[in-house]
Amino acid sequence: MELIKIEHLGISFDSRTKKKEKVKILQDINLSIEEGEVIALVGESGCGKTTLGKTIVGLYPPSEGVISYKGKDITKLNKKEYMDYRLGVQMVHQDSFAALNPNRTIFQSLSMPLLQNHIAKNKKEAEDILREYFTEVGLTPPEQFLYKYPHQLSGGQRQRILLARALSVKPRVIVADEPVSMVDVSLRIALIDLMTRMNQKYRISFVYITHDLATARYVAKDGRLAVMYLGRIVELNNIREAIDNPRHPYFKALIAAVPSDIGRGKSEMKDLPLRSLDMPSVNNPPTGCSFHTRCPYYQERCEKETPKLREFEGGMIACHFAEEIP
Amino acid sequence: MEQNIKENTIIEVKDLTIDFKVENGILRACDHTSFDIRRNETVAIIGESGSGKSTLCSGILNMVNVPGKVTSGTVTYFSEYQHAKADILKMSPQEETQFRWKEISTVFQAAQNALNPVLKIKEHFYETILAHQHNAKAEEMDEKIKKVLGYVRLDPAVMEYYPHHLSGGMKQRVLIALSLVLDPKVIILDEPTTALDVVTQYYILQLLSNIQKGFKITMVFLTHDIAVVSNIADRIAVMYGGEIVEYGRTEDVLGNPKHPYTKGLVDAIPTLHDDVTKRKAIHGTPPDLTQKFEYCKFKDRCPVYQEGKCEADYERTRTMYKTGDDRYSRCYTWAEQDTPNMNGGK
Repeated sequence: MELIKIEHLGISFDSRTKKKEKVKILQDINLSIEEGEVIALVGESGCGKTTLGKTIVGLYPPSEGVISYKGKDITKLNKKEYMDYRLGVQMVHQDSFAALNPNRTIFQSLSMPLLQNHIAKNKKEAEDILREYFTEVGLTPPEQFLYKYPHQLSGGQRQRILLARALSVKPRVIVADEPVSMVDVSLRIALIDLMTRMNQKYRISFVYITHDLATARYVAKDGRLAVMYLGRIVELNNIREAIDNPRHPYFKALIAAVPSDIGRGKSEMKDLPLRSLDMPSVNNPPTGCSFHTRCPYYQERCEKETPKLREFEGGMIACHFAEEIP
Repeated sequence: MEQNIKENTIIEVKDLTIDFKVENGILRACDHTSFDIRRNETVAIIGESGSGKSTLCSGILNMVNVPGKVTSGTVTYFSEYQHAKADILKMSPQEETQFRWKEISTVFQAAQNALNPVLKIKEHFYETILAHQHNAKAEEMDEKIKKVLGYVRLDPAVMEYYPHHLSGGMKQRVLIALSLVLDPKVIILDEPTTALDVVTQYYILQLLSNIQKGFKITMVFLTHDIAVVSNIADRIAVMYGGEIVEYGRTEDVLGNPKHPYTKGLVDAIPTLHDDVTKRKAIHGTPPDLTQKFEYCKFKDRCPVYQEGKCEADYERTRTMYKTGDDRYSRCYTWAEQDTPNMNGGK
């Protein structure tokens, strides 16, 4: 079943420098999230992946297009349906320190949504529920964590608490925005495994936002991968197929930039297949295909015509010359 | 560790201990550490947050601040081929001002915060040059600045910019250029690519690797991300709990680790093309460094100890063991036996 369906979504923000002008952050996004599915959203900073995540959670209203939850447009829900949607779609933020109120204990912060939404009748019940989820995410014994303040915990522990907070309201979809980027390498895998387990046990769908392709592959496993560039999805495919056989020139460059073969020792670093390092500004995006300024294969047509996301060898790709690129 | 000072040693750290006075006692962030850095090589110091890698480097630069204190050890700097030795920890403030940046410079973590927001980019360079050459002429300085900005492939126009005009990757490149402006012999880079995108990260690593080769500079990388340095470091030092637990050539250390912690780290890194189910985290958390250790510091997280194949004798982890050609490990159990070959690459 399609839990979330995004159709022709566009988001524009007011321009900071020129009044009355709009900056288009997202353009023509089409994506659907099935029940129990994991989708990894990757791209460089500034490509709009976090904005898309926040729009899915309902923090930004769509400027164009429609997002539907369980088949209904989220801007036209009645009060009860809206509550159901807000509880059903949860977010885990990147900066675990900023996401918890430093003046409240973990219990104070986490019991609030349970009491507010009548999932727990009283504090006693809320504590029982939280204990259960803390054990689930590996924070044992729970009482060691419930009455602490955020600064008394490590980054990995806070990240687990954020996950427990999202899980405690029994969501259907969790949007996880770079949940492991601030956690030490030795602990990342443990958090990723935790998300996989939650995905399998409760059939929660995950939208995993990251710029780290290697962890995306671990989280999504059999899921899908969407590559974003300047507010558009440029490649969408099964994650294994996408990484083993990248098709869009931008995604090829991204893959080439990921360090590989760590046991090999010092070796030559080849040039990336890109014409320039810096991403163009969203305030003044290139005409036509937004990637043409950096694309090594660009031709005249790319400057004039914006490529549509189309089917190509089983996946989706937005490139005029997908067939010709080696 | 066996200390035969070779011809090409540039910095020698001997028995360095740095203590921090904290609420509940003494935190030993750097515990009797000894190692050497060789001329013209790239060394990476790897460790989790809190493992003491930044502290070790502040020791090398003699920048340990209150409440930290160097309680034992020496750091010796050998300038051009051992004609002159200098004990960095005993320098007078005047000597230090001349020494810093001219011989050893640093690229600090978090490029966003390392530049002064109200100074133009070129003023950062002026300040640094004038501190060392009081009568430097503006034209000469501009010439030099353009040159170093060229090394990091930045347009000379950025000289007139303020930091907020630049992207994260550009700021990081400015800082690298700034570290090069006095032609130092050693550059210490503290997490130079953390918080950057993969593409920018690759580009900066490539730049650094070319600069290292082109100018024969010794580079010291501090990072928690093994994958990032695996292709550019000659040698790797792995830190855990304030100690170096393994040290050797990159391909040896990562290809065939001789310390369970290194092996755990290598096993924990997700890569693009391996079997998804094989990766596993090192369970547990790093030790509290304020305690008095009675066993090996890695005991609680060590699979070898848990299998009962090691008694985690603290005294025996006090030295490092030679485990091969130019490589050392602190794990006596693995140093004694042949370690199982692991699949650290293809």
